[in-house]
Amino acid sequence: MSVPPIRTVPRFSATFDRYTISEIQRAAATGIYDIRGGGAKRKVPSFDDLLFLGASISRYPLEGYREKCGTDVVLGSRFAKKPIRLKTPVTIAGMSFGALSGPAKEALGRGASAVGTSTTTGDGGMTNEERGHSSLLVYQYLPSRYGMNPDDLRRADAIEIVIGQGAKPGGGGMLLGQKISARVAKMRTLPEGIDQRSASRHPDWTGPDDLEIKIEELREITDWEKPIYVKVGASRPYYDTALAVKSGADVVVIDGMQGGTAATQEVFIENVGIPTLAAIRPAVQALQDLGMHRKVQLIISGGIRNGADVAKALALGADAVAIGTAALIALGDNDPHLEAEYQALGTTAGAYDDWHEGRDPAGITTQDPELAKRLDPIVGGRRLANFLSVLTLETQTIARACGKSHIHNLEPEDLVALTVEAAAIARVPLVGTAWIPGQGKY
Amino acid sequence: MPTHDLNVTAVRAVNDALHKLPPDTNETLWQIDNPEGRHAIGVGIDAPVDVEINGHVGYYCGGMNKQASIRIHGNAGTGVAENMMSGLVHVMGDASQSAGATGCGGLLVIDGDAAARCGISMKGIDILVKGSIGAMSAFMAQAGSLVVLGNAGDALGDSIYEASIFVRGHVKSLGADCIEKPMTSEDRDRLADVLRRGGIDGEAKVEDFRMYGSARQLYHFHVDNIESY
Repeated sequence: MSVPPIRTVPRFSATFDRYTISEIQRAAATGIYDIRGGGAKRKVPSFDDLLFLGASISRYPLEGYREKCGTDVVLGSRFAKKPIRLKTPVTIAGMSFGALSGPAKEALGRGASAVGTSTTTGDGGMTNEERGHSSLLVYQYLPSRYGMNPDDLRRADAIEIVIGQGAKPGGGGMLLGQKISARVAKMRTLPEGIDQRSASRHPDWTGPDDLEIKIEELREITDWEKPIYVKVGASRPYYDTALAVKSGADVVVIDGMQGGTAATQEVFIENVGIPTLAAIRPAVQALQDLGMHRKVQLIISGGIRNGADVAKALALGADAVAIGTAALIALGDNDPHLEAEYQALGTTAGAYDDWHEGRDPAGITTQDPELAKRLDPIVGGRRLANFLSVLTLETQTIARACGKSHIHNLEPEDLVALTVEAAAIARVPLVGTAWIPGQGKY
Repeated sequence: MPTHDLNVTAVRAVNDALHKLPPDTNETLWQIDNPEGRHAIGVGIDAPVDVEINGHVGYYCGGMNKQASIRIHGNAGTGVAENMMSGLVHVMGDASQSAGATGCGGLLVIDGDAAARCGISMKGIDILVKGSIGAMSAFMAQAGSLVVLGNAGDALGDSIYEASIFVRGHVKSLGADCIEKPMTSEDRDRLADVLRRGGIDGEAKVEDFRMYGSARQLYHFHVDNIESY
């Protein structure tokens, strides 16, 4: 009589986990790297690792709904004749027509305008629809210069010189052929249907000394009216902020690695750049060292999801934040009611990131006219406005609890960290202690 | 004729005056003296005026020009006529790097040599260089014609899209996906048109040029092109 073998349960490797194995198999089958949209999906130190202390005997809270907590933000007060005045500290980050459908861009403009904030063009120029539906529009000045022209510079409300983005600091734009429709191709002066690979460096300037002259040129073209932002992907935030200030920027935008992209190599998204949380304090330190904190404004982006994230970014010294991925989700991206269609694409609601393929069932990251029709820009704009309002209300809720009559009065002293790593990164005490790693005080 | 001495009047004031010109202005001839390498002179003009600049200019002279004819009686710094939309920028001397970068229209004429990256990312501008051009010229050039009477440096037309490059002299090397192409009658007409607009159709013959453009092999990602990535 044979004895049945006794086996252990199948053991999966921590090193070769299921995703890793599938990626090796995919790479072996195709011979080319994986490309996707979105930002870093790996777990990184984040705003979730921070808590607000709230009011106590030594701190008075503000009455909710009765005592005013200001949320207005002025961007571009350093040099621009016409700085931007926002009603909320939450702006919409740059996303191109091309990466997004026309209705999606219109919805972003409608939603942002409804709550008194700005939206931003992307690597593809400015459309009339976008300008028409955005009361405050930031015009990106990118290495590719697709669609760049002086008329759009002048009808913009601000100019954002893009050095890089958080998903791929050091990488250029990418838009695959499925999304290079006739209109997108014409706007970018490209052949229809090609895989577009934008330059990663600006064509006519190199380094901070040149950047200063480039900013001077843009100010001259626009008669010194427009605020000029400089956007960088988070990698060396202290020096990048200092050099942007030195170059004459009105506003510095720093985008952490959780910030989304329309299309980039997975290996780039997950392994280049630093988390959003890690970028804030060095950037603020640079501004403070130069005596420019609150004079040159700081916008933080990359994985901002709720009012707590907004409040924490502001408490660490930012003047405003920008959202991209969260705005797309508000429009309808990754909605569970599309689950059957996500399954047909080999994914599931909540994980869909093949934005580069142009087959988005929500009609957002596509140039397919039939899919694009699925997004009603009026409904989408309303949803985004709702979401932005909630972010603002949540930020105010936290600020009032900390006794602040304006969201910009939030400060690092209001925060503690749940982990040693976050305490060191955010330069706030580990919860329950007075210890800030690297700064003594056990 | 408005005349501005930049040792007396700031560049800002001159640009401001040029920007305020109405479309039907009769102040069509402007003179700018003593530029002395200052930057951003005559940027963002949108009027049919003639601007004579007597001396050397710094970065981005004539940037984003529309309609104006700008003549620089000297050398030009980085990015002369960058992103020009229409009109003419004529450099009587040499031009530094990135001349005509991302230009969308109009004509840039350089009597002398142009440094590296001449015509980088050009999007419809025509560029005529009577001397030679430096390395990486017409990098990612998308549309328009780059015409060179002299020689071209390394990696000419690297990653070029649908722009055309015409060189009368020697090409040191071609960049990725840039090849010599036979000229069609349309190509010869375009070349002749640039030479005519540059005022040298009597001096340079179309048949003395060779044409370079995209092999269109890198327009789509493919593992077989890995050596080029």
